[in-house]
This record gives sequence, structure tokens and C-alpha cells, in this order.
Amino acid sequence: MMTQKKKLAVVGAGMVAHRLVEAMVERGADEAWDIEVFGDETRPPYDRVALTSFFSDRDPEDLLLGDGDLWKRPGVRLYRGSIVSRIDREAKQIHARNTTFDYDRLVLATGSYATVPPVEGSDLPGCFVYRTVDDVAELRAWVLDREATLGRKVKGAVVGGGLLGLEAAGALTALGADTTVVEFADWLMPLQVDQAGGGALRRIIEQLGVSVRTSTATSKLRAGRDGKVTRMQFADGDKIPADVVVFATGVRPRDELAREAGLELGERGGVLADEACLTSDESIFAIGEVAHIAGRVWGLVGPGYSMAEVVADRLLGGDATFEGADLSTKLKLLGVDVASFGDAFAATNGSLEVVYADPTAGVYKKLVMSDDAQTLLGGMLVGDASAYTNLRPMVGRALGSDPTAWLLPEGMEPPSGSSLPDDANVCSCNNVTAGTIRGAVTDHQCTDIAAVKQCTKAGTSCGSCVSLVKKLMENQMAEEGLEVSTALCEHFSVTRAQLFDIVRVSEISTFSELIDKHGTGRGCDICRPVVASILASLGKGHVLEGENATLQDTNDHVMANLQKDGTYSVVPRIPGGEVTPAGLIAIGQVASDFGLYTKITGGQRIDLFGARIEQLPEIWKRLVDAGFESGHAYGKSLRTVKSCVGQSWCRYGVQDSTTLAIDLELRYRGLRSPHKLKLAVSGCARECAEARGKDVGIIATDKGWNLYVGGNGGFTPRHAQLFAEDLTTEELVQAIDRFLMYYIRTADRLQRTAPWLESIEGGIDAVRAVVFEDSLGIAADLDAAMAAHVDTYEDEWAATLADEKKLLRFASFVNAPETPDPDLVYVEERGQRRPADDEERAVLIAGATIPVRDQDEVTV
Amino acid sequence: MTQWERVCELDALVPDRGAAALVAGHQVALFRLSDSGEVHAVDHLDPFSQANVMARGLVGSRKGVPTVASPMHKQSFDLRTGQCLDDPEVSLQVWPTRVADGWVEVQVIARSRAA
Repeated sequence: MMTQKKKLAVVGAGMVAHRLVEAMVERGADEAWDIEVFGDETRPPYDRVALTSFFSDRDPEDLLLGDGDLWKRPGVRLYRGSIVSRIDREAKQIHARNTTFDYDRLVLATGSYATVPPVEGSDLPGCFVYRTVDDVAELRAWVLDREATLGRKVKGAVVGGGLLGLEAAGALTALGADTTVVEFADWLMPLQVDQAGGGALRRIIEQLGVSVRTSTATSKLRAGRDGKVTRMQFADGDKIPADVVVFATGVRPRDELAREAGLELGERGGVLADEACLTSDESIFAIGEVAHIAGRVWGLVGPGYSMAEVVADRLLGGDATFEGADLSTKLKLLGVDVASFGDAFAATNGSLEVVYADPTAGVYKKLVMSDDAQTLLGGMLVGDASAYTNLRPMVGRALGSDPTAWLLPEGMEPPSGSSLPDDANVCSCNNVTAGTIRGAVTDHQCTDIAAVKQCTKAGTSCGSCVSLVKKLMENQMAEEGLEVSTALCEHFSVTRAQLFDIVRVSEISTFSELIDKHGTGRGCDICRPVVASILASLGKGHVLEGENATLQDTNDHVMANLQKDGTYSVVPRIPGGEVTPAGLIAIGQVASDFGLYTKITGGQRIDLFGARIEQLPEIWKRLVDAGFESGHAYGKSLRTVKSCVGQSWCRYGVQDSTTLAIDLELRYRGLRSPHKLKLAVSGCARECAEARGKDVGIIATDKGWNLYVGGNGGFTPRHAQLFAEDLTTEELVQAIDRFLMYYIRTADRLQRTAPWLESIEGGIDAVRAVVFEDSLGIAADLDAAMAAHVDTYEDEWAATLADEKKLLRFASFVNAPETPDPDLVYVEERGQRRPADDEERAVLIAGATIPVRDQDEVTV
Repeated sequence: MTQWERVCELDALVPDRGAAALVAGHQVALFRLSDSGEVHAVDHLDPFSQANVMARGLVGSRKGVPTVASPMHKQSFDLRTGQCLDDPEVSLQVWPTRVADGWVEVQVIARSRAA
């Protein structure tokens, strides 16, 4: 007999709901519980804390939390876009999607609403809140649309000078708006910093071009003739123009479902719950920002996560309790560090404040100490929060040295990780102590940061503690007599940079000779591609010549990108994104003839998906004949150089960005590097090519080119930093040559340019000195290496097509070279095909046929 | 009864690079190792991604064990036993091989686990 699983319904699908489900699954609770999660947004849970990064890297996928497979597990269901309209406590049912769902236990995780103050006109078109990905996407679209319509910079106003308001101001500024922040209190971030700190913050923010008005109440918003917001009026009669207004004035718990269901609420809202997170109904829990526990609602994700863990434990029969939580915050707003922790406002009787302020440097730091000046009670850091990660775990403890040493810019080295007591909380998002991290090394044999993160969860939410976690891990490893390894893998004990130098100065040009003299074993999927990349960077033969071919990951081996069903994508190079109508037709004809799924990428190219291995040569022959060449979309190499249209068509462009982008793409095509490389060129400061999100970004000025380096999208999006200003084209190309070649020589395997810049001693300034002042005396060498690359470039696909022997590797089966993989199954979606999922596959294999546009192929 | 199927000439296999083959309707991944000269055959189906890609993985070694890494998500497998070295619960079917007259032959066996 099957035991009936109990039903858990979770209302809300935000970060806290996600953590609850994750915690349930981790503890195996999905064996006993069917978990149904109802979210009103159309996306799976995402990292709302990192919302602003969505402006620089607009892929909401990158914000998604954790492992997406969580939602595919049996027994776990996520209903997206699903509004729960009613809870029937009597029947233990919730109503959603015009139907009812039974529950044994219910968890309310509905979070908060952004509140809008009762200001006349706050509902006009052009007024926004700042809470969800959709809010941010709409805000962005509005600003860009208004800018185009008005033909000038957009005027933006943000109501609220707290955390969220400053985030929103940063986002508006990044979109090119002239922005004013309006704060009702007498200074910015009144909940986190004191008046002096707020003053320091204001100076820094004004220097970044954001206007600040404090002690100001917004009274009215006025529309223009087109009905859209155009002006903001203040209580004192003053007014400013505003084409877009963002309200960031706080949040209110979304407790109306609970209210209607008759659950008890807190006096100022929020669902009243006890230390077990249990509401006045013993079948219903409340967690996160909707919960009112221990006399308050908790507006940060860290306490919400703690509540999620408590409920997961309780559902499994445990007796965990929520004991309150650390409300420390560290923020990076508009590139300005702000941190506040512990008793930051010195509310403790007799407490002493130690303050360091340097208005010229834009720094304000304060530590709050006990009356004997021995114990740290809290602090706030504005402008430089580097001491935060080390200070926060010390709250409630003796600092062990003169407190002022922590505040001075060139202060004493803060205590190393080894002096932190075992019970000091290092990761407040996930409640991980120093002892737990040490235990990961001693009890669980974790010897790298990835393993420690996986084992303890430390550093997996906001990430601000990762450097401290790493230090703790390394100290513990040293204590255990373990060597902190910089080895590439078990076959090479040196770093990638050292291996690069070995290959460069020796005559070695094969993997077998290299591993023979400098390594052990047969190599692996880590070191083989690294050696392949190094040999390619140094021009030691075609990437697929002779033994080199055995080093290549399948992408480089067949010069295409492996997709989820074992087929490949084909990406012809389209330099600078410029393509002729005839070229478009040629690509379209190939895609149509081979039944390939066609999509335009963020890098301004056309991806063709679903090519089988044995079809690749035929497809590429057609493309090469049509004048295309390899786009290297498969390699750790230059991918694209994105561009806007620049002065050739745009009414704002001040330089010819398209021509420069094409020239750069042709110059660096095929260049092998530690990680993929992306470049972009914008023809004016409006930055339509999003150059600051690239490893190398170029923005035209009326005097020349500004060069930015170290930006990227992906999992950890980064803005590029200004490297040099007003360069001529010749100076620019030389600087990029040297920058890229220096990176290729010295970076670690799979290390992007941003972390590489951080890892170089002296940081970006040191790299600038290498590039412009030849501080290491290697500039001529770097120039020569790039010149050699440019001179010897040949298209890998054209070369392969001309070589019968190389074509043998595209056989589908060695004993049936042209037989397609019989297991491939496709379904049609929006007029194209995609791989069938498991359920569809089961149906299709059972006999049904779904037609695809490819007439010649049998797909089932 | 033991049945062997002749698949390809030994020279058709590039040392340290896999090749897929159809053996009695099954998709098999063949590997010829450069140092020992041995030929190994395992399932071509990657049990993690359910795609037929194992022959396109990189050959290597882990603590002396000859391995192939799935090209999809890089889990390594012992080429001699099919055992996944990153997950003790997963393994590939191993297909016995032999070289006769310069030809690679694979033994046709009933699959021991459900497909």
C-alpha cells in the first residue's frame, strides 16, 4: 500500500519561498510532502536583491536562484502567474487559477508591496515602483522611449532616499537620465546612517551627477499635454521637471489574504506568527516580509531565510525557532560602499563612538563601542566599507586592538581569519559561523572555495563574505598542514600563467611532450583544453592539427557549440553586426534547407540550432561559399564586437562606431583566451551598444575614444571601468592589443577579465602602467604577439573543409558515417522546432508524428 | 552464445579521441588509448543529459584510471568499468572489445539495465 503524501501549499514564489522549498528538498522532505508553490509573477523565484544588475545585464535568467531543476523534481510544482484569491481555512483549500487546491499545511510567503504615498498624480503614466523584474523592465522601456520621443535627456525623480531609492537613482542614471533624489527626512538613508554619514553619502552621490533634495515633501505630480508625467511639485511650492518618477518610499506586508481568512495580524500589518513561524491557525505558517514575529516585520532576506529553515524543520517534526536575526546591511549603490551593522546609532547606554571622516575622500566611518571601549557594538561605513566583512562578525566581542586602527585608510591589518571565534557569524544571509567553515575543511575535506560554498552555503546569497570565507578556509588548511593549491589540476602542479610561460619560452609544441616533462598522467578535461588554448594563442599550429585535435573539447573539436540534445549550433561571423540583405538570405536559406531553429543573439549574430554532427561540413560549405566564416561562438576566444550604427545613421553619433567594431572584430577574430571575450563600440555617450558590459568597451567622445575594460554579463555581471580617455584610433588599438595579450598570458583558466584585474597586484592601475608606460618592459613583446596573431589568422572552417582527413571527425557513427542519431525527437513551437521534453518524447516515441518544416527528415 | 560484431578498422580510431558506432542497434562509444593501445567501448548515451554524446568527451586520467568526461556537464567515467567517478550511483554499460586482423570488434550483449 502506498502511503499518502501530505500536501504543502506555499503562497508566494519569492526568495524566501525558494529557500523553503530548497531546504525541504535538501532534508528529503519531498518524500513525505507534495509541495505546490503559487507565484503571481511569471518567472521562477529570482534574486530581487540584485535587481539593479538587471539594468546592465538584462537577462532575467541570470537572476534566477539556485538550481532550476528544483522545480522539475517529482513532488514539487511551481505555478507561475498564479494569483491565490482566497484561503478557505475550514476546508483547508486555497483558490487559484479558477480551481481549488487542498492543503495539509499552508505557508504564507507573499512578501511585501512597494508603497506609493498618497501624492496627487502618483498614478500618471511615467510613475513607477521598484520591486520586480517587470517593474524594472517597464521603467527601462519608458526611459528609452521618452528619450527618443523628447529628443533630449530624460529628467528623472526618485521619491525616497533610502536603500531602494538610491538603487533606483543609480539605475536611472545608468539609463542616461538626469536624476534627482527626493528624501523627506533631513538626510539620505536615515534608517542606516546618522546625519554625518548621510552628509558624506550626499557629497559622494552628488559627485556622481545625481541631484539630492532632503527635508522635502512631494506634494503633486503634473501631466503634460500628452497625459504623461512632466513635473513634480513640492510642499514648499518649488517644482522640478520630471519625465519619469520612481517611488521608493517603503514596503507594506501583503497580508490581505490572511486578513480575509481571519488570521491575526500585527498592529501595523503583517501576519502575526510565533517563534515557530506559526500563525493563529496551527495549519498555517508565515515567513519572510509578510510575517510579523517578535514584535516586528523583518525587511531583509537574511531573516526570511532563517524563517524558511525553521518551517522546513517544523514540517519534519523538528522544534527549531526563529530567534530574531542580524539586520546588518552592506550595499554597493552607484559604486558607493555603504554598510551599517549592529547598534549603529549608539542606542546602548553609555556607548562610545569612534569616528573617522574625510570629506575630501568621501569617507565617513564610525564604530560604536561599549562604555569601556573594549567591545564592538556596531558601526556604519560610508564610502569605504572594506572593513565590513571583518568587523561584522566581531559585534559583541573585543576588537583586540585600538578601534581606530580599523577605520584609518591605511590602517592596521585587520585580524586575520584565524582569530575569529568559532561561533562568530560570518555569512549572515545563511547563518554560517566561522566554526562551520573550519569544519568544512576538517570534517568534510573541502579544499577549495567552491566546495566550501556547496558544503556550508556560506557566500551563496549576497556574496559579500566570500573573501572572508576564503581566508578562513585557507588558514584552516594551513593549520591542517594542507597546501593551498594553485595547481591547474591533478596533472599539472603549476598555474595556467606558469604553464603559458613554460610553453612560451620552451620549444614544446605538443601536449604529450608538455605532460611528459612538466606533468603526470594522461591529462583531463581541465588541462587538455587549457594547453590547446595556450598552443593556439602562441600560434603553434592549427587547433585541430595532429595531436592538438585530441585536446579540444567537443565545441572546438567540431567548431560548433554542443546543445542539450547532442546537436550543435552554427554561428557565422557577422562583424560588428553588419550584414547585407544577400547575406541574410543566404543564412536564411541554409537554415530553411536544414530545418534549423533560428534566433538572433544578444551579440548581434544569428544562431542556427539543431545541426547534427554529420551535417556540419555541408552546412558550413554553404556558408563559406556565401562569404561567411567561423564566428568562433564555440571557443574560449573573441566572440563578438557589438556596435550601434554610430554617426553613419544615428542623429546623435559622434564617431563611426560600426567601422571601428568591424575592424576590431576582424583584428581579434580567432584569438584564443582563458575565457570568452566580448567587445562593444558605442558611437556616443548614450551607449546603445552597452559597451560597459563587455571585457573591452569603447565609447566615442567628440575628442576620440574612451576605453573601458573588465565588464561582463553572465552569472556575475560587472560594469567595465574607465581605462583611458580620448584616444585616437591608433592609440586605442595598441592599448587593446596590449591589454588582451597581457590578460591571455597571465590569467587563470576560465578567469574573466574583471576578476583577473582584481587578482593582478596593483589592480587596474598596474595594468594601465603595463599598457601605457611599459612598466614591465614587455610592451614590444605583446605588440609582436598580437601582430603575429593578426598576420597568421585563417578561417578554421574554410581550412577544415579543404582537408579530407579532418572531415572524418564529423561522422555520426564510425560504421555508418551519415546515419542520423535515431534518438533525436523534435516538436514544433512558434513555427520552428525544438527538442522534445521527456513527456513529449514518451508520446512521440509511442507513435505520433508532429510535422516539422524539414520535409526530408524523419524526426521520430 | 557470444557474438562479436566487426565495427571498423583500428586505424579509423584516432588515439585518445572517441568515435560513436552502431552495434546491433545500440549506440556505443569507442576509445583507442594512445599509450596502452587498448580499445574501450561504453554507452554513447550520457546518463546525465540523456543525449548521445559520450564518444565526443575528452579522454584523460584520474589518479591513474583512464577516463572519459561527458562533453555535456563534464562528469568523468572509468573507461574500464563504466563507473561514474563523480556519482557512485551512475555507470555506463561496458561493451567488451577485441582487435582481430586490424579490425575492432565489439561483443553484442543484452543491456543489463533499463534504457
